[in-house]
Amino acid sequence: MADQNESIPAQEEAAAKDPAAQKNAQLLALLHRLFGAETFTDVEEPYGLLTATTTRERIHDIVAGLQQDQELQLNFLTTMCGMHFPEREGQELGMVYHLHSLTQNIRLRLKIFFPIADPVVPTMTDLYATANWMEREAFDFYGIIFPGHPNLIRILNVEDMDYHPMRKEYALEDGTREDKTDLFFGR
Amino acid sequence: MAVNDTLEGTHKIIEEAREQQARINPLAPTVNDFNQELTTLNLGPTHPATHGIFQNILQMDGERIISGVPTIGYIHRAFEKIAERRPFYQITPLTDRMNYCSSPINNMGWHMTVEKLLGVEVPKRAQYMRVILMELARISDHLICNGILGVDTGAFTGFLYLMDEREKIYEIYEEVSGARLTTNMGRVGGMERDFTPVALQKLRAWLKSFPAVMAEFEKMFNRNRIFMDRVVDVGGISAERALNYGFTGPNLRAAGVDYDVRVMNPYSSYQDFEFEIPVGTKGDTYDRFMVRNEEIWQSLRIINQALENLPEGPYHADAPHYYLPPKQAVYKNMEALIYHFKIVMGEIEAPVGEVYHSVEGGNGELGFYLVSDGGRTPYRLHFRRPCFIYYQAYTEMVVGQTLSDAIVTLSSMNVIAGELDA
Repeated sequence: MADQNESIPAQEEAAAKDPAAQKNAQLLALLHRLFGAETFTDVEEPYGLLTATTTRERIHDIVAGLQQDQELQLNFLTTMCGMHFPEREGQELGMVYHLHSLTQNIRLRLKIFFPIADPVVPTMTDLYATANWMEREAFDFYGIIFPGHPNLIRILNVEDMDYHPMRKEYALEDGTREDKTDLFFGR
Repeated sequence: MAVNDTLEGTHKIIEEAREQQARINPLAPTVNDFNQELTTLNLGPTHPATHGIFQNILQMDGERIISGVPTIGYIHRAFEKIAERRPFYQITPLTDRMNYCSSPINNMGWHMTVEKLLGVEVPKRAQYMRVILMELARISDHLICNGILGVDTGAFTGFLYLMDEREKIYEIYEEVSGARLTTNMGRVGGMERDFTPVALQKLRAWLKSFPAVMAEFEKMFNRNRIFMDRVVDVGGISAERALNYGFTGPNLRAAGVDYDVRVMNPYSSYQDFEFEIPVGTKGDTYDRFMVRNEEIWQSLRIINQALENLPEGPYHADAPHYYLPPKQAVYKNMEALIYHFKIVMGEIEAPVGEVYHSVEGGNGELGFYLVSDGGRTPYRLHFRRPCFIYYQAYTEMVVGQTLSDAIVTLSSMNVIAGELDA
């Protein structure tokens, strides 16, 4: 919380100069007003795109609220995808949502993180038809479960695959080789 | 019960099937239902009329489609996973193979994403060169789509004419990058080489000859009674549903929404050019066809403007850390050798951060979401592939239509298997 309070004057100063930053400040104010400032953590603007982390308990309300909102009309779900950070204990898996307002041309990136042992995230299929395959992809790649999804089965990989290949523990190359170390050949 | 003897009967069955779908499992595989005289038809995966590997299990009532279950992933190559182990410059060939009808757009979109991450400013000449190549790619993409739509409605001639023009575009690619289909064009920081005099000559000659061919193609199709009977009011989608389904590009514009990334978030100097965004009204196959035709004319306008005002100057950024030095210098100059080695090994200084960049691809908003942890490869790279996102609406668009309508709908949506499956 302390960080947020300190960053507000800096944001206001930046907003006066740059129309994109001004829009982001307007969007952030809207988010805080609709859902409360404590809902969002790690608010930043990497490369001009407002990014905030929230919780999986709130994400459905937030996306639904923004879809209904008439002020900024963030009612276009550009994309959503899973992520995996094995070293962050209790926050290993993540989902990233990119929302876009076609009338105001503002983008918003929302992130949620949750433990890999409990990879359950509310579905967005009741709000956006486009979320259907995106969630199936996230399930396929990362094993994230979306209760309420109409047809949560694998989409790109074969049905009988028994792991979720985008998780970081599955190395792309044969793990038994010793002549190629990560030091010289990629990650 | 008689099935589709009357239109009302068909509508009733479709209504019932919809209700049934909503009630049970909307996407359960369909089976032959002999009580209602329904047939299950396996369309694909390798059906010549689908132009790619897509499977649709359709439940048919005579000629009408009652439900469909699409299966995709037949050419899934795990690009997002592979990209996690490739330095940035090695990811360009992966992007080639997404929408392989317009590879240069994918290449440039990827380069721009990396440039955004690295903070590299590309000189004006390179930006204009990119615009010319991207618009050429858009034209070739739309030519394929509209030409094949002609084939699917029984008119092969138009396709043959347009393939000839696409061949000329590929010759221009060849002069610029050395490759034709999977172009691997441009580099992070600009272009790999300047336009050669031959490339410019070929481009100018093509710009002179192409409009006549395009006009002839339009004359052949636009008001053709047979063609219009096949495509008007076929496979329509409302603007509201299209937005809900995440449509972008020509398919969204055909439904009447004027969203174009080139205008809304201009990149690579698109703000310097004057062009119009064509929109349709109904979002049906005919609208998609007409929107693509008009976009070809607008792309020609952009190319002409860019070529006329092509600025002098360097064709790549002065960014030795990221842009390969000339090969001759590598042999003679120590710094050049060091940079060459470091870039080839992927040892570039990438900042920690995340960036989303999108370009207007042939089929819509092609987005790259890149998460960098400062390593030599992306930590996570997600491609927002427009095909993948809008193809899920296909079932909804063809339910209630005939099988032949489903084929032209698929064709006019321009679903490219490489982009769909990535």
